[in-house]
Amino acid sequence: MAVASARIKSVASAQSPFLSTLMFAPAALYILLLVGGPFLLAIFYAFSDARIGNTELHFVGLENFRSILQSPSFRLAIRNSFIFTIGSQIVVIVGANILAIALENAFRGRGLVRFLILLPWVAPISLGAIGWKWLLDSIYSVISWVLVALHFYKPFNAPMWLGEPRLAIASVLLVHSWRIIPFSTVILLAGRTAIPKDIPEAAAVDGAGFWRTQLQIVIPMMRPILSVAVLFGLIFTFTDMTVVYILTAGGPFDSTQTLPSLAFALGIQGSDLAAGAAISLFLVPLLVVLAYFMLRVARRSEVN
Amino acid sequence: MAVVETRNLTKVFKEGQLGAVNNVNFQTREGEFLVFLGPSGSGKTTLLRMIAGLEMPTSGDILIGGQVVNNLSPRERRIAMVFQSYALYPHLSVYKNIAFPLKAQKVPKDQHRKKVEWAAGLLGIGALLERKPRELSGGERQRVALARAIVREPAVFLLDEPLSNLDAKLRASAREELERFHRSVGTTSIYVTHDQIEAMAMGDRILVLNKGVVHQLGTPTDVYDNPADTFVATFLGSPPMNLAELSDVIVGFRPEHFLPSVDLTGETVPLRFKVENTEYLGSEWIVSGTLVGGKLDSKKVVSRLTAAQHLQLDSVYDFGVSTRTLKFFDRASRKQIAPKGVTWQ
Amino acid sequence: MPLKFSHRLFGKLVRGAVLAVFTTLLAFPFYWMLITSFKQNVDLYTMENNPFLFNAKPTLDHLKFLFTETRFVRWLGNTVFVGVIVVAITLVLAVPAAYALARLAGRWGERLGIAIFLTYLVPPTLLFIPLSRVIAFFRLQDSLWALILVYPTFTVPFSIWLLMGFFKSIPCELEDAAMVDGLTRFGAFLKLMIPISISGILTVVIFTFTLVTQEFVYALTFISSESNQMIGTGIPIFLVRGDVYYWGALMAACLVASLPVAFLYNLFLDRFIAGFTVGAVK
Repeated sequence: MAVASARIKSVASAQSPFLSTLMFAPAALYILLLVGGPFLLAIFYAFSDARIGNTELHFVGLENFRSILQSPSFRLAIRNSFIFTIGSQIVVIVGANILAIALENAFRGRGLVRFLILLPWVAPISLGAIGWKWLLDSIYSVISWVLVALHFYKPFNAPMWLGEPRLAIASVLLVHSWRIIPFSTVILLAGRTAIPKDIPEAAAVDGAGFWRTQLQIVIPMMRPILSVAVLFGLIFTFTDMTVVYILTAGGPFDSTQTLPSLAFALGIQGSDLAAGAAISLFLVPLLVVLAYFMLRVARRSEVN
Repeated sequence: MAVVETRNLTKVFKEGQLGAVNNVNFQTREGEFLVFLGPSGSGKTTLLRMIAGLEMPTSGDILIGGQVVNNLSPRERRIAMVFQSYALYPHLSVYKNIAFPLKAQKVPKDQHRKKVEWAAGLLGIGALLERKPRELSGGERQRVALARAIVREPAVFLLDEPLSNLDAKLRASAREELERFHRSVGTTSIYVTHDQIEAMAMGDRILVLNKGVVHQLGTPTDVYDNPADTFVATFLGSPPMNLAELSDVIVGFRPEHFLPSVDLTGETVPLRFKVENTEYLGSEWIVSGTLVGGKLDSKKVVSRLTAAQHLQLDSVYDFGVSTRTLKFFDRASRKQIAPKGVTWQ
Repeated sequence: MPLKFSHRLFGKLVRGAVLAVFTTLLAFPFYWMLITSFKQNVDLYTMENNPFLFNAKPTLDHLKFLFTETRFVRWLGNTVFVGVIVVAITLVLAVPAAYALARLAGRWGERLGIAIFLTYLVPPTLLFIPLSRVIAFFRLQDSLWALILVYPTFTVPFSIWLLMGFFKSIPCELEDAAMVDGLTRFGAFLKLMIPISISGILTVVIFTFTLVTQEFVYALTFISSESNQMIGTGIPIFLVRGDVYYWGALMAACLVASLPVAFLYNLFLDRFIAGFTVGAVK
């Protein structure tokens, strides 16, 4: 696209270090101070005994990490973080691909459908979550009502969707998937439209039916876009605390606690800054891995 | 190998508008290389795609090997297609690209290697089997596309302007390869192009199309020396045939037949020619100007000469056309008619 | 792709079914918000009623309650206030930075662009604890200015990214021509690039605003008093009195807060996708 014009030695592409630094510096400084600084501060806190309200601060080495690793709620939090992240992403990959195939070709009302489908992603996370809280209410849930009406449950005997540990986990997983599917669908759709029209036609002439064309030709060709959608989906889910906070506040009995929500519970609500910081640092390893894969995708597509 | 036939084939995209393809009737001959020739928008690609099964006709029938195929999907028609962009699967190796049709038709896996190597051998790309399409040159990609097409041993080849994405130098050699390829496999082939030189060079017969209507179906000699109407007459040949309206006919003569009187023998029509522009192309000259005097005064005409250095701009010379080479067309229908006597003065 | 007529019909039916199922699953909670907003409490909280019907007359009581007896309007105002200022800060920081990276910095531009992108991956759920202390240090706790200060940390990287891709798609020849005509490099940026890029800039405005409305962690951490809440935190927390959820008003609030954002988002969807997929789509 613009690659060819960028290769040409033109006046416009000549480097101008002074001006570029001047234009870039404010943003860089801002981010460095308000992201880099706090990041280092988080690390510092994790090795200290910081508490809200305490003016004193001592270095405690690995003490925080030791006590965290022994705490059962931490182990639950790590387990849940992975269950929710990976579980929802699997649902999202399958769902978004199917939905993208269905939305690929124009049809009357496609704009409206797209609007409706995007609502979970566009609405503020907390509001969507609270909508689900109402839908999954232990007494007034409309889902329960329908199931009772269909005689799957006796009246007043419908399950506590957010109150029973395993159901609560399923509910949180559901809401995460619900929120991310629109995002992934829209990205996959863009990837699909980027595929030249004659490739699926060639496959049809070669004798491939619908599923073979999708699974052996189209979807493999979408690998870079698929990677982008999956990586972002993983990041958005892994680092989110809102859904859990609103739906279950980590309960029942910590069974839906995740790393971010636990960090909040201990660090802010419990005033134990050090513990909160230490827990949230456990997010870093996976983020580094995800960032690495993101960069690989970006570099590979540059090479092409 | 099979014969492709269409009967009253029509394709209308938008109701109320003229169809992209209108009542096309033709029949290929076994093993021939038939060219669909026409300007862009003439319907030639739509026609090809209907034969392939990628577009549904609005009305009319398509037959392959005597069987009506309207309701058959592309895979069931035993055709192979080479697309303008070649449509190679970018994520698969050359080997897997060629093997894909076999896989799709559920040919047993142990036969794949033999067939792929046979197809690759036919096109001389055996050394490229492990490469990916993005590592190949334009000519190599064409060969892979052909190998993928031939591996299924189809009844008909369909080719949609496969040379138009190649640069000029490569085009000539790729064209020659295609001709050689067709001679060696002999499958009935239909080739779409807007380039009349390609059509003349490659086609056994040419189907000339404009606005979805067939103007002529004939050998290169037929369409060039005996054009059915003024469209065919001006579309084939570069520069195009000179056309002039005289009383109730249109008279035509090709630039290479519009020569200085001294170079003509036999019965000729003398024409005074004022030279206004000369272009030297190396192998010949293109001389354009206007006629002077007579009924065709001020008419713009073009001549092709092997030597024109002596011609001066804005000078008038004695040129002429041999009456044998004149073509006559009906003024209303634009179709060719028998020679008529006309007065030029 | 044409198939037998019966195949195509079947395909269309399957597609219709898939779309119906997905649309229902995804949009149903919002439909339910709509219904709930207009149902009388008596209707909502009577177990025997069929929830899909209006068993009592629809009511505007919840909306009235929401707008007159809660701080909802104030929260809307807070959100708009924060949004507008954050958009301004983001534009001032991100537009020149994106231009610098897209045009002026050569190979370094690519690397810095990637560095910017990586900062976007540092989540609020990691930074919120140290930032809460930074905010306290500046005595900005419980102030909207705390959010105004912190929000650009995620709106700026995303906007730089979006705009970089956008600027790169404008051919260099335009600036060449402008500079041949006598403009300085910076002059070309102000007088040429910015007017041409209005749609990209507008996209940044819209998405920055939506990011502000969607944010939860910082708003929850830094703001405590009821009157200073943002939409995303005020509704789930302060429309609950003790253990009692005012579901009718809650659902009405969710809807009112979500729909305008949804409309805006949809208008600029293509640019948004381009921002995420820059580089991945060939």
